[in-house]
Amino acid sequence: MDVVTLRLGGELMAIPAECLREILEPVPVTRVPQAGNFIGGLINVRGVVVPLADLRVTFGMTLTEATPDTRMLVLELPIAGDEIVVAILADKVHDVTGLDPSTLEPIPPVGTRWPPDFVRGIGKWQGGFMILPDLERIFTQGAQKGSLSAVAEEGV
Amino acid sequence: MDEEIGGLFRQEAAELMASLERGLLDLERAPKDRAIIDAVFRDLHTIKGSGAMFGFAALARFVHEFESVFDNLRQGTHGVDQAVIAVALRSCDHIGRLIEAPEGAEAASAELLDALRLAASGETAAAPPPGWSLVFRLGRQVLRLGGNPRLLLAELAELGAADIRARLAAIPALDALDPQDCCTGWQASLPATVPQTAIEDIFLFYRDDMQFNLQDAASAPDLPAAAQPPAEAPAPPVPAPSDPVPVPDPAVAPPAPVREAPAAAPANPPVAETMRVETGRLDELMDRVGELVIAEARLSALAQRFGDPSLLAVTEDIQRLSSGMRNATMSIRMVPIGSIMGRFRRLMRDLSQTLGKPIAFTTGGEDTELDKTVIELLADPLVHILRNSADHGLESAEARRAAGKPETGSIELAAAYSGAEVLITVRDDGRGLDAEAIRSQAIARNMITADAQLSQSETFRLIFEPGFSTAKKVTELSGRGVGLDVVKRTIETLRGQIDLASEPGKGATVTLRLPLTLAIVDGLQIEVGGENYTFPLAAVEECVELPPEFETEGRSSSFLNIRGGLVPFLRLRTLFAIREPVPPFQKVVIVSAGGQRIGLVVDRIVGNNQTVIKQLSRLHAHLKCFSGATILGDGSVALILDVPQLVSLGRAQEDRLRDQHGERAA
Repeated sequence: MDVVTLRLGGELMAIPAECLREILEPVPVTRVPQAGNFIGGLINVRGVVVPLADLRVTFGMTLTEATPDTRMLVLELPIAGDEIVVAILADKVHDVTGLDPSTLEPIPPVGTRWPPDFVRGIGKWQGGFMILPDLERIFTQGAQKGSLSAVAEEGV
Repeated sequence: MDEEIGGLFRQEAAELMASLERGLLDLERAPKDRAIIDAVFRDLHTIKGSGAMFGFAALARFVHEFESVFDNLRQGTHGVDQAVIAVALRSCDHIGRLIEAPEGAEAASAELLDALRLAASGETAAAPPPGWSLVFRLGRQVLRLGGNPRLLLAELAELGAADIRARLAAIPALDALDPQDCCTGWQASLPATVPQTAIEDIFLFYRDDMQFNLQDAASAPDLPAAAQPPAEAPAPPVPAPSDPVPVPDPAVAPPAPVREAPAAAPANPPVAETMRVETGRLDELMDRVGELVIAEARLSALAQRFGDPSLLAVTEDIQRLSSGMRNATMSIRMVPIGSIMGRFRRLMRDLSQTLGKPIAFTTGGEDTELDKTVIELLADPLVHILRNSADHGLESAEARRAAGKPETGSIELAAAYSGAEVLITVRDDGRGLDAEAIRSQAIARNMITADAQLSQSETFRLIFEPGFSTAKKVTELSGRGVGLDVVKRTIETLRGQIDLASEPGKGATVTLRLPLTLAIVDGLQIEVGGENYTFPLAAVEECVELPPEFETEGRSSSFLNIRGGLVPFLRLRTLFAIREPVPPFQKVVIVSAGGQRIGLVVDRIVGNNQTVIKQLSRLHAHLKCFSGATILGDGSVALILDVPQLVSLGRAQEDRLRDQHGERAA
């Protein structure tokens, strides 16, 4: 399969190219109050309002300021039966490369700080490692967590 | 093409059946009204005519008999009574089944017809007169010569022909078939009252080259066998390949009613000309208008920046045009709520009988218009609420008599505009809600803790939670605790709200508050801490300056004195966790929803603009304070504030404050 490689929070990540719709230079982000850090913004992608997510929150990485290399990737993901368009941040986008799914290795149970649920596997690229995040699961949980926290808020 | 035409017929038939049902229910109230009987007759006639055209033979046969019964009623041999209406309503349902599954449903036809005849005329029910039996086959060349069998069939149907069937035996195999040859024959039966010459006249121009066999059915005892030759398939619509005209033309579908118009004149008010359009196209139009409005906002921002007078003039023109276009487009999507109220009358009638409670059901505000999408989604929740009122709300006739109330319970369904919202109320005069019973039930089901402090309206709202039911026993209709939570969910997806009010012994009122539209609104743009938000303008009552004593937070009281009225207020800055420093001269936007007002403190009021509502994605659907997002003139995104939600937040705060005061006083 083809993947897009990108750098985020000092790590190399790979996103399946089939779910990538486009790559944008950073556009103004509208903060969404009460939505939390993970999907905390909205952007305008040619007239369509698209939620912007920051995977660094999911993986517990340090949040850094945007650089000239920062990009927004617009993705189309199947979440709970629907195709949902979301954008994610990347510190730098490298290129598209072929990846043999059979070479993917599971995440080692010890010695990593990644939540294992959110990683589909580890691949090799240019002598280094790259993480394949499980975007479907990340966003499904993100949506659920959001509604749970809203319920908790109401309960107060 | 068969599918397309069949679909057209189904659509038309559904409308006719709704009209028929309405007519029958009207007739129940005014049994002597000739105009209504005529209207019912007309509906039946049209269903029969188009049914026969489209090959629904079983349907046509059934409706023909149904129609004969009403014809007798129309002739005044026997009045319309409850019994007739009851069977007629069942027959109306049967028509629906005959359209959906003619094979399975036809068995019940005879039984219903017998019941119908019995109810309508008792002793006078002689067998229908035998009538004519007609078999004909047009010349092979007829299509090439410009003949149109469809018109012939329409004319036959107009004479009262039933059971029109195509005879397909002579059609050759496909490879030998010349589509311009007419190989189909037809057969039909006509009432005896039709003069022979009238039938023959129809074929005046075809007689030279056709087979034509008209027999008195009485003298042709073998008709049943001839009418249903086992080898022949049920007649399809006029065979497509041989049709010289390209067909999908809805105007052809209802042949019968056209000439009936003069008879209809006294009963029907003049109807505006209409045309059916796919909803998808309307949605597309709305999207385009939305984009236009956004582009217009950008243009207007540019024009302001350059300040060129001619550019400003053009911008103003375009603003006016786009706002006019927006209104026109939206009005296309608006449907009066009366369009779904009709079916509730039937529901209440049936409920009244099932429950054995006399119910007077009244409706009001049928003209109130809502977006089509909203109307469609609203039907099911209303059914639940009405059922609930009839089943739980209203007492039995004996209990009502004992309580000194009229035996007939009343349920009222009404709709009305209120600012940017439409209020739909269901009011009954039954026993009302029992707050204590609801509370103990909720505690028993672990929905609240035993010491929970709930206001009365909060307690009432518990009945909309999943799994809740106070009914002592489960009836067929309600009591399973399923239903009202569905209502709540649906109304919430529509960004609406439910309110409940009740007076013990006097009745309960359920109020649904729904936004007028889901697409474009006039908005008031405001700014807090450098962030832009938009209020729906229709919900905004006024804007005032924040009195200096409230500049900073920390005062216990958060009420403003607006011309003598106390209005609670919320700080958007606090609500949205904005840390920017507080500027001087903050403003308060006073908004209202459901008759309640609250103030919202903002930094600056930017101005009003047309706002295209973009739904928030599922990932943000849980956010309560926003009803959507929009794109501003500079291309950035602004969130649209959900006024009803904010108002209820403000009210909750007010309730809390009041409770605190109450406790202190106690």
